[in-house]
Amino acid sequence: MTIADKPSTTDAPIAQESSGFVGTDDRVRSRDSAVLRMSEAEVGELSLDPTHELGESKMLINMGPSHPSTHGVLRLMLELEGETVLRSKPVIGYLHTGMEKTGEQLTYLQGCTNVTRMDYASPLFTELAFSLAVESLLDMDIPERATWIRMMMCELNRMASHLLFMATNGMDLGAVSMMIYGWREREPLLRFFEKVTGLRMNHNYIRPGGVAADLPDGWQDDLVEYLDAVEERLEEYDILMTGQPIWRERLQGVGVLNEAECLALGVTGPLLRASGSSWDLRRDMPYLVYDQVDFDVLVGSYGDSFDRYAIRLNEIRESMRIVRQCIERMPSGDYRAQDKKVTPPPRARIDESMEALIHHFKIFTEGYKVPAGEAYAAVESPRGELGVYIVSDGSSTPYRMHVRAPSFVNLQALPHLMENGLLADAVAVISSVDPIMGEVDR
Amino acid sequence: MIAQQAYLESFDWTSWDLLFLVAKVVLIFGVLLVSVMLMVWFERKVVSDMQNRIGPNVAGPWGILQTLADGIKLFFKEDLTPDGADRFVFKLAPYLSLIPAFLMFAIVPVAGDFSDGKDGSVSWFGQDLFLQFVDPPMGILLFLAMSGLGIYGVMLAGWASGSKYPLLGSVRASAQMVSYEAALGLSLAAVFLSSGSLSTNQIVQSQTDGPFFIGGWNVFGLGFIPFVIFLIAATAELNRPPFDLVEAEQELVGGFHTEYSSLRFSLFFLAEFMNVVTMSAIMVTLFFGGPHGPVLTDTGGWAWGLLWFFLKVLVFLFTFVWFRATLPRLRYDQLMDLGWKILIPLALGWFLLLGALRVAEIEGWNRLVVVAVGLAGIFLGGLLLTGAIRNARLTRAESEILEYG
Repeated sequence: MTIADKPSTTDAPIAQESSGFVGTDDRVRSRDSAVLRMSEAEVGELSLDPTHELGESKMLINMGPSHPSTHGVLRLMLELEGETVLRSKPVIGYLHTGMEKTGEQLTYLQGCTNVTRMDYASPLFTELAFSLAVESLLDMDIPERATWIRMMMCELNRMASHLLFMATNGMDLGAVSMMIYGWREREPLLRFFEKVTGLRMNHNYIRPGGVAADLPDGWQDDLVEYLDAVEERLEEYDILMTGQPIWRERLQGVGVLNEAECLALGVTGPLLRASGSSWDLRRDMPYLVYDQVDFDVLVGSYGDSFDRYAIRLNEIRESMRIVRQCIERMPSGDYRAQDKKVTPPPRARIDESMEALIHHFKIFTEGYKVPAGEAYAAVESPRGELGVYIVSDGSSTPYRMHVRAPSFVNLQALPHLMENGLLADAVAVISSVDPIMGEVDR
Repeated sequence: MIAQQAYLESFDWTSWDLLFLVAKVVLIFGVLLVSVMLMVWFERKVVSDMQNRIGPNVAGPWGILQTLADGIKLFFKEDLTPDGADRFVFKLAPYLSLIPAFLMFAIVPVAGDFSDGKDGSVSWFGQDLFLQFVDPPMGILLFLAMSGLGIYGVMLAGWASGSKYPLLGSVRASAQMVSYEAALGLSLAAVFLSSGSLSTNQIVQSQTDGPFFIGGWNVFGLGFIPFVIFLIAATAELNRPPFDLVEAEQELVGGFHTEYSSLRFSLFFLAEFMNVVTMSAIMVTLFFGGPHGPVLTDTGGWAWGLLWFFLKVLVFLFTFVWFRATLPRLRYDQLMDLGWKILIPLALGWFLLLGALRVAEIEGWNRLVVVAVGLAGIFLGGLLLTGAIRNARLTRAESEILEYG
């Protein structure tokens, strides 16, 4: 399918104001869009046949699942003319382990251990969304300190995730040093997480009822020291990348998606904000105590890869603002709700009380029963709207759990972002979508 | 030149001359191989320093034997040839890339005393020698020819692999290296103009008179621009970042050498790093006076030349590593734009300016006026070219709208 076969757009106005959104979504709604509508088997057959029906000048090429820049195991089937990508199709499922289905076998207490493995670059967000959904089913109140701890840890995790993006984005564009710099800045964060939660990743820290443990002594000093250091490092990033002519050339105008197209595809997060739509769940549908802290929602104007990069870079700075406010205003109190049905007894009580031991044993073997009903909780993860939908039948395991993973939804924008770009742009685009395959395949 | 010709005429195939020739070959071969080994180590160490990590530190002192260990490992790996490969060309390609890399170094004067108008020759064992393998009269053209030939290795490797990613790599390689060859040649022309010779020995000699030792170097004499163009074009020619599109690990996995393994892969690797060393040496020869520098002792002046040469080459090796650690990779079309729309016109314009200056010298015109007029001409030409490019872009956009709607 070439550009010639596409419906004419000359008579359509470039910006359709009637829908209220900037731009038109004709491009992504059209049947003849950039999506390569072929099965893997068809592509496999065609790519072996040199005289295939697409014509001599076109080549079907397979990118991934083992390719250095497909961020794990994403596979792309590309139709190339020279180096220009005409159509493409993302193929997913190479990391599918049935985590959503597994979630139906695990109690609500075990659930966090499961969901934390979905988005392994920002595990706390899935834990948070899961906990919020369970808590809304249980109709629980969470202590103030627990809420603030959750918010602070999530913002730190957002920083870690965006720093990882800085690293991989730099790497994908050939700025190899950036990869190490991004990891270098992320490392102290992971160490801090280890100090707080016991693990560098897959924390199982945010649980229904609060968090697993209180913050360790001296956490404020650790964080202030880190935040001061990273502020300077971000300035260095600006020198090394933001202002670098090659960097701008590579990203500006590459992979453009307008607001209407984003909404048609259900794209959220930095991709949506880059297109000029100011939509951030933290501000527009506040959860935790985001309505009590001061931060800006960053919006781009061109919807290209550079905007997405710039938004993520500056979201690190906004997260730092929130964390600083958390350090100042962290309330005292309990770090988890003292609801005997949900929270296990403290470790010390188990040694002295038989009842506590039985209580502990029952909670960890049988779990706790959650009233029948359904709940959806959404949070703004570094990649977009991350929602957990839980249907409970009144037992101690969910009847059905579904995760609205932002990476999964954003991935369907890939063919449209890559259309008519070069192969090198395709790499930049995958990188700027920043998908985490664990979350995509669940 | 005269000394060299006399040397060639009096060459005796049965005497010491032949022995010296063979000794030089063996020496250059060994030095190049060792220098590649050290270059890989140097690159890894410098890059790791720039990236806050340690780098190789296990094999040998400071990890200096790491490359050797890697080479031995590669030697024992299984050598695979893909089913779809053109077997003969597939096996030929690594040598096509390696041999020119060796030959290129033959014309580089690595040492010698060039101070006070000396011609850099030494008298060893009763022989008058130049400390370079050969000094043919067409010298630097050999370099151009060899670097042109080296492209075939890369191009054929990708083509013969019978695989898609290497094919894309080799298409990129042929376009990139061929177009940057032009810019490379044009910036060399400026050097010929000032030196009046193609022989590397003569080029070095022509750079020796000037204030403060460095005053006569071509980099200053030619006004920086040819050097900058040469440096950029050489980086592209070497497939070094930010112009490493041919390999572009993140895009093409490994580019032309994706399907190569074992020793054949290491030959490409060897050729690539050898080219870096050779290109640095050529750059030093052409623009930085080669081994020319202050000679501080009465005897053994050639050793000072060797020292200066080594230090100058090291600066460029460091520069290439520095590029790699700092710059993101260009995109294919941007690379072509840079080559054809900026480097080649600029090199041509600058060459004409230098030519005009040469005429001015002969005719006794006012230099300042010539420079002013020349720069104005280059500026005007630049404007016209920009206008033409913009016009072409608009026309293309219009025709696309007409065609596709």
